[in-house]
Amino acid sequence: MSKPSSLTMVRIEEAPVRAEFVRDAEATARLPVVVEKPLPFLFRLYSKSWLRKAMILVVLALVWEAYGRYLNNDLLFPTFSATVSAFVTDIVSGVLPARAWSSIKVLLMGYGCGIALASVLTGLAIMSRIGTDFLETLTSMFNPLPAIALLPLALIWFGLGNGSLVFVLVHSVTWAIALNTHSGFLSVSSTLKMVGRNYGLSGFDYIRKILIPAAFPSILTGLKIGWAFAWRTLIAAELVFGVSSGSGGLGWFIFENKNSLDIPHVFAGLLTVIIIGLVVENLLFRAIENHTIGKWGMQS
Amino acid sequence: MMMTNDITPAPSPLLEVGGVTLQYKTPRHLVTATYRIDFQVYQGDRFILLGPSGCGKSTLLKAVGGYMTPTEGEMRLKGNLIRSPGPDRMMVFQEFDQLLPWKTVRQNVMFPLQCTHRLSASEAEERAMHYISKVNLEKFADSYPHMLSGGMKQRVAIARGMAMEPDILLMDEPFAALDALTRRKMQDELMMLWDETRFTVLFVTHSIPEAIKIGTRILLLSPHPGQVKAELNGGLQGEEAVELERRIQTMLFADTIEEAENV
Repeated sequence: MSKPSSLTMVRIEEAPVRAEFVRDAEATARLPVVVEKPLPFLFRLYSKSWLRKAMILVVLALVWEAYGRYLNNDLLFPTFSATVSAFVTDIVSGVLPARAWSSIKVLLMGYGCGIALASVLTGLAIMSRIGTDFLETLTSMFNPLPAIALLPLALIWFGLGNGSLVFVLVHSVTWAIALNTHSGFLSVSSTLKMVGRNYGLSGFDYIRKILIPAAFPSILTGLKIGWAFAWRTLIAAELVFGVSSGSGGLGWFIFENKNSLDIPHVFAGLLTVIIIGLVVENLLFRAIENHTIGKWGMQS
Repeated sequence: MMMTNDITPAPSPLLEVGGVTLQYKTPRHLVTATYRIDFQVYQGDRFILLGPSGCGKSTLLKAVGGYMTPTEGEMRLKGNLIRSPGPDRMMVFQEFDQLLPWKTVRQNVMFPLQCTHRLSASEAEERAMHYISKVNLEKFADSYPHMLSGGMKQRVAIARGMAMEPDILLMDEPFAALDALTRRKMQDELMMLWDETRFTVLFVTHSIPEAIKIGTRILLLSPHPGQVKAELNGGLQGEEAVELERRIQTMLFADTIEEAENV
């Protein structure tokens, strides 16, 4: 009996009995609290991502300008203002737009071919097991191989011209897009796949109407990475072998101006590459994103 | 067996499942999900597959959906052997992600109608809106699925299934992921919809009260592997429903005792 008695030592306090109450609806309706009110103007401004990014750009430009003035050596590091004025002269003279256009033309050709090739490869991969193995093997073989390393070979095969540029571009674009698209296809939820088959979809229709939209976040990431790879590869390739058919691209523009020690123009060339990158990323891809996965609530 | 003929001058069944054994492979085992299941679903039935988890009821439904081929036995819908998934057997899944996130509610309901080329775009839209209004979602016709609550998503899925006017609607625990209040409301709504359109539905659940509330006919399955334990009539009210619930519980409970003794 000693054990139970030790338990009773603990005094159990019981909760008090309280009266019930019900609030009538009228009393709750007259709340003195503001249910919804707009936030202060500056706060709303700060929540715009484009504005925050623009601020970062302005600060970077100011730091650049300050350092350039402090160094005071146009040959090593021209100021932001000198770069901008070189940029403006080159734009006005039409040199820079022409060079940029010839780069972009080649870039789009390579990018387009890369997308087409990646679509074929991932299409095969999703339809058959041997296709999957084929894609996985090719990707693990070629994805780590820098596109530039293929340039000497490309020059032998396709000669000094756009052909070899497009070849290295395709190589740099295809694997990134194929890899992302394929992993996107694989991660489509099994419920959605079953829904698609329930509708009687199969083959190409099934890929187009179910898999591609469902895997669109990964596909878009692949396209972005592919675009960045393509730019890098193109500029690097132009720097290495330079001119083709009279007027070269941006890489060649940079190379030429470096040779004549026009460093502000070199910077203007680099600035163009950066601006095109920013525009494509922040306007084009962002717009696609907002109109697709953003609207669909598929963005994490 | 002649006795049954006296009670129901039998019409031919809509769905006939005969001696169906279903097996699937995991990386290490061959699992038998159901063993020699027989049942018949007639036009206008609210046929329930009820059983504890592991009795293969969802697997059975997937097989009727055409996603699995039985290793033994056969399934016939209107006399035709079920071989692959098709829009004559629309599925409503448990998961909320069964709607296509890149389509609005209206487009989601229209999409299967257009995929199967049954209707023109305007007819499909009209039909879609008709069923969307039946589940009280007209206001959300142009919303995307991610803007809807779980219950609303399931209502869209039901509207989508019904808009196809399939031979049979297959529902795989459609209300299991909902909260208790929404769940009750959805059950009532489903009954109202059935009163209006009299569709045939094959409904999987592990909830005994849900089975009794919804089903006109309940197939009780025992687990490991799934086998037919009993086939009961539902659609009861009040005392009778409570009695039926107790009977089913005893049957399932007896199972667990037997199992425990076998171990």
